[in-house]
Amino acid sequence: MAALAPASEAELAEAVRSARGPLVVEGGGTRAGGRAAEGERLSTAGLTGVALYEPGALTLVVRAGTPLAEVEAVLAAEGQMLPFEPWDARPLTGANGVPTIGGAVAVNASGPRRIAAGACRDLMIGVRFVDGTGAIVRNGGRVMKNVTGLDLVKLMAGSRGTLGVLTEVAFKVLPKPEATATLLIEGLDPETAGRAMRAAMATPCNVTGAAHLPGATARTLLRLEGFETSVAHRARVLAAALAAFGAGTIVEGPGDWAALRDAAMFGGREGAVWRVSVKPGDGPRLGARLGDAEVAYDWAGGLVWALAPEDLDVRVAMAGIPGHATLVRASAAAHARWGTLHPEPAPVAALSAGLRARFDPAGVLGAARMAA
Amino acid sequence: MQMPEPDPAVIARKPEIVRRLRAAVAAADAVIDDPAELRAYECDALTAYRCPPLAVVLPSSTAEVAAVLRLCHAEGVPVVPRGAGTSLAGGSLPTADAVLLGIARMSAVLETDYENRVIRVQAGLTNLKVTGAVEERDFFYAPDPSSQLACAIAGNIGMNSGGAHCLKYGVTTNNLLGVTMVLMDGTVIELGGAHLDAPGYDLLGLVCGSEGQLGVVTEATLRIIRRPEGARPVLFGFSTSEVAGACVSDIIRAGLLPVAIEFMDRPCIRACEAFAHAGYPDVEALLIVEVEGSEGEIADQLARIVAIAERHAPEVIRESRSAAESALIWKGRKSAFGAMGQIADYICLDGTIPVSELPFVLRRIGELTAGYGLGVANVFHAGDGNMHPLILYDANKPGDLGKAESLGFDILRLCVEVGGCLTGEHGVGVEKRDLMDVQYDPADLEAQLRVKDAFDPKWLLNPAKVFPLATSASRRAA
Repeated sequence: MAALAPASEAELAEAVRSARGPLVVEGGGTRAGGRAAEGERLSTAGLTGVALYEPGALTLVVRAGTPLAEVEAVLAAEGQMLPFEPWDARPLTGANGVPTIGGAVAVNASGPRRIAAGACRDLMIGVRFVDGTGAIVRNGGRVMKNVTGLDLVKLMAGSRGTLGVLTEVAFKVLPKPEATATLLIEGLDPETAGRAMRAAMATPCNVTGAAHLPGATARTLLRLEGFETSVAHRARVLAAALAAFGAGTIVEGPGDWAALRDAAMFGGREGAVWRVSVKPGDGPRLGARLGDAEVAYDWAGGLVWALAPEDLDVRVAMAGIPGHATLVRASAAAHARWGTLHPEPAPVAALSAGLRARFDPAGVLGAARMAA
Repeated sequence: MQMPEPDPAVIARKPEIVRRLRAAVAAADAVIDDPAELRAYECDALTAYRCPPLAVVLPSSTAEVAAVLRLCHAEGVPVVPRGAGTSLAGGSLPTADAVLLGIARMSAVLETDYENRVIRVQAGLTNLKVTGAVEERDFFYAPDPSSQLACAIAGNIGMNSGGAHCLKYGVTTNNLLGVTMVLMDGTVIELGGAHLDAPGYDLLGLVCGSEGQLGVVTEATLRIIRRPEGARPVLFGFSTSEVAGACVSDIIRAGLLPVAIEFMDRPCIRACEAFAHAGYPDVEALLIVEVEGSEGEIADQLARIVAIAERHAPEVIRESRSAAESALIWKGRKSAFGAMGQIADYICLDGTIPVSELPFVLRRIGELTAGYGLGVANVFHAGDGNMHPLILYDANKPGDLGKAESLGFDILRLCVEVGGCLTGEHGVGVEKRDLMDVQYDPADLEAQLRVKDAFDPKWLLNPAKVFPLATSASRRAA
């Protein structure tokens, strides 16, 4: 069946109002990751375009169905960028859709720069959405400091379309760095690499990426961005500060950060892919427990990517380690068995369910996507 | 300011409620019910509105907060949470039938974790003491509201407080990683922690800035940041605010990200100079632009910024030459409110506007102010468009306060008209409650009310704040 593809926010609101059963809201369809969803498809592909862009105010307002690549091109033309470095799920999922900005927001997709510039949710300053009753709701706006009323902007980030269908999002953007360099240290075990990454984050060098790829040729990567002279200076300072962990090499240019951001190393390979957020110091500890999995560390150890056998429950391995694990790519059976999202403690789950019931009383927005 | 009629049944039960409160907390002096002593809690920093609460309770632990809320929930007693009472928006203004729950006795640092760059504190700790707890290791907590010496983290979370340096480091919500919070029914929940982001809905993001509507935060995990090697401000004096505004936009477009860009107009400059002797030039518009980094990085950024400013023909360019001079420059800026207070009574506004609208808005504020026959001084965070016009009036002159309030409403409407908002960092409280309709349509407000319903179905927490009374009437009556 062809998807509903409203061409305007008003049409989208009408489509939600007149829905007879559950809708499956789609952006580019790249992040489904194996989950089957039943219902009538509702695409945001018709809601595209930049509504407002003021480079001098670091402000971008864009319709939710706009392809991510288009958003990034518009910003790049003015020497700016989305600071949160949204990851592209295609290398992992093998999907051939076109990632949209709304899709990135719906899963709060944040890449390596999250530790320095914040998550997608931190850079969002306004939203428009259609709730489950078909009402059009605005929250926040187009200014970067705004505490007027409750912050539904944050609530929409990562809500996977279950509280409302995003139609428009406003962002704070940042200047694109003039230069990038990576300090590469080879041969560290995960535990030592974890200490090196945490030490790097405790320097004043403003490290904007801290990752570790274990293996026979283990690589620890520390990224610096900014004006050219400043990057060169900080690379020297950082290398000196981390000298105890081994002689590093300074590699100029963008490096492998895009592939790392997308966990491309696990693309096309058998197994379930998990994304686990923990305290940085707990990352290597967790990795050591996941003996049957292949892991990679980002966010100075605070983000553990794991390629695990489908019958391994990563959440069980987290016992005693606070954090949460999301199943990013797996068979429908594994999604059903483990649940896509980390279960919330009962009183928090009750609040979440209460919000869902109030924003989508008839259950047309695919409530199951948020249920653990 | 209209407040809801206090519930006479609650007031009649005061002795019983006080007796139960005393049983819920251990310290003998933790419950205040003497009318004279209650006067100390009748208002916060928005002193124009006052009302002593039914009673005050000052718990010492999360368990005591839970016990207090549980009993108030059972008794149907409204609760007004209070941090340090520094709200400029009346965020902790009591009602006569409410228990005021003060968090000030919970001010311990619980855990300092430099490895993971977080600190866990009780929410009654003051903002500056968070930095104080980590500065020996050259770390700091970034949000820096002007009241940071006195204001509590609990209130910072309630209002999602900002400060002068949030252009680079963000506001409270960007530096808050987790909370322990007590719901109105006494349930204790944990949101977030030392790890990043939420497993499901971002309830932490929802709680930050919720003005005590959703729960009482008792503990917080905060991001701490390594201090840069150095920082240095430069002052630019311009002949018009239009030119200063254009200069700000050009600096940002050039890919520079100063840690702060502050603006002051002549009335404000003169008041601050008389108060703090900061060495400010006597010009129409002053920008304080601060950059951070190593000595070389500071010199490089300042050279770029000065080159941009020179294209706008500034009357004055003055780089700070010493740490003492830098401190003095910031002392002047941070004492702006106090300095104006010595000259006149004032109302401090907090609207935010798109930076591009700065010249237009400043001109319109001037026209509106002249129309009312009042004075105004402007000081604001220019990099992010968060304005703080100070409307000057004479409290002893009959009718002057009313005129000042009307002017304030007009200016905030103007902020919304140009694409901005009513409040950038102070919060809505009672002060801007009745203007919420200006910014939000009924459907927009309804969505916010539904969030409140989910957290506080009986609508007992922090009554009569944030939402227009008419909008919330049916829910409060239910």
